[in-house]
Amino acid sequence: MQDSPNLKELVGAVESFLRDRALPELEGHTQFHARVAANVLAIIARELELGPEANEAEHARLEKLLGEEGSLVDLNTRLCQAIRAGDITLATEGLKEHLLQTTMIKVEIDQPKYSGLRVAKERWGHF
Amino acid sequence: MTTHEDPRIEIARCLAHRLSDDPAAEVLGLNRLSGGANQETWAFTLRDLAGETPLILRRTPSGRDHVGSGISLNLEAALVRRAHESGIKAPEVRYVLQPEDQLSTGFVMGRVEGETLPQKMFRDPAFEKALQGLAFECGAQLAAIHRLNVSDIPDVPVSPAKMQLEAYRALYDDFGDPHPVFELAFKWLEDHMPDAAPETLVHGDFRNGNLMVSPEGLAAVLDWELAHLGDPMEDLGWICVNSWRFNRPENPVGGFGQLKDLYAGYESAGGNLRAQDVHYWMVFGTMKWGIMCTRMVDTFRTGADRTVERAAIGRRASETEIDLLNLLIEE
Repeated sequence: MQDSPNLKELVGAVESFLRDRALPELEGHTQFHARVAANVLAIIARELELGPEANEAEHARLEKLLGEEGSLVDLNTRLCQAIRAGDITLATEGLKEHLLQTTMIKVEIDQPKYSGLRVAKERWGHF
Repeated sequence: MTTHEDPRIEIARCLAHRLSDDPAAEVLGLNRLSGGANQETWAFTLRDLAGETPLILRRTPSGRDHVGSGISLNLEAALVRRAHESGIKAPEVRYVLQPEDQLSTGFVMGRVEGETLPQKMFRDPAFEKALQGLAFECGAQLAAIHRLNVSDIPDVPVSPAKMQLEAYRALYDDFGDPHPVFELAFKWLEDHMPDAAPETLVHGDFRNGNLMVSPEGLAAVLDWELAHLGDPMEDLGWICVNSWRFNRPENPVGGFGQLKDLYAGYESAGGNLRAQDVHYWMVFGTMKWGIMCTRMVDTFRTGADRTVERAAIGRRASETEIDLLNLLIEE
């Protein structure tokens, strides 16, 4: 077990440094890339917080949907094959909910302000 | 960089000569605007007896052959010239670089004043009126582009839905990460392919960022490097991809307009509208941008582009996945 601060706190400290201290002193391309870097640190912080539980839930849904066990990557690969072959479609019980839940949390981590996420929440609510 | 190696000296000397009969003609303010590994864009002003003319040079970097997915700059110049001569709002091509110029390949075109960045247009009240009419204008321009006869211009690539779908499927398969949402999109796109689509010239990248807009309206359609022969509805779908709406999803056309206005403009200029297939190409375009984001991770991983921006773009694929679900799931 590592000592405090935890990863999320450490990443947050670097993000604040970039945004509040470094960015105002930079310009042009360097400033642009520093802003992107700060955004990437925010992705890392959100993934640290939301990722483990999201992956666990995705794993459980995949096992139920496919009736199989395996790693997250294996089960996703298996689902891809089934969709490609036409064995699983949007009419299949549970697929729509699974894809919406999985994708909404992915975007919540990558880009929580993305307009498409807002549209999805308006249509289907928060999962 | 020493003065001796500065490419601007060569470029300025050559172009002043090529662009004007006036022996005192000068190229001023030659300034590199942007450029990746495959292409450079330069802005400059030609001063001669006729006065001062703002111009743009686009060329492949010296000593490099054409690489990348688009058409060559020579072919692009031929298409832009044809479009301009036919009354389309394409820049005027002033000169195509010749081998004896020793400036690589490329062309010089008129520099049109205006704004390409949607975030700026959306904020600036001076653009309010232009934005209101823009969807209609886009429709009218697209109809004119789709009517262009380019049968005498050689080597325009042919790229109908089926070929593009196979190409993007191969790009996706080759990357290897499983994406159930992309699979769903591929399946849907295979099952709903438009039948009997006509084959016309397609701009290929008609969207925010490539449209020069002035406070008076659409000023120029830029960046023809993805032009090809294919289904004209591809262009109408592409400009409606949510990623180009810049956080304004309620305005499906580029974040600034409504479909009915785009369609009205298209039909007013004689375009043969197939609205169902515009939806098809909207799904297609969303998938394409998603696969592109995914594959841009390659250029980061191979070390070709180690910037944090290139690394981060892979995490934009998920935005297209939620957009695809929004498009494909019916209530």
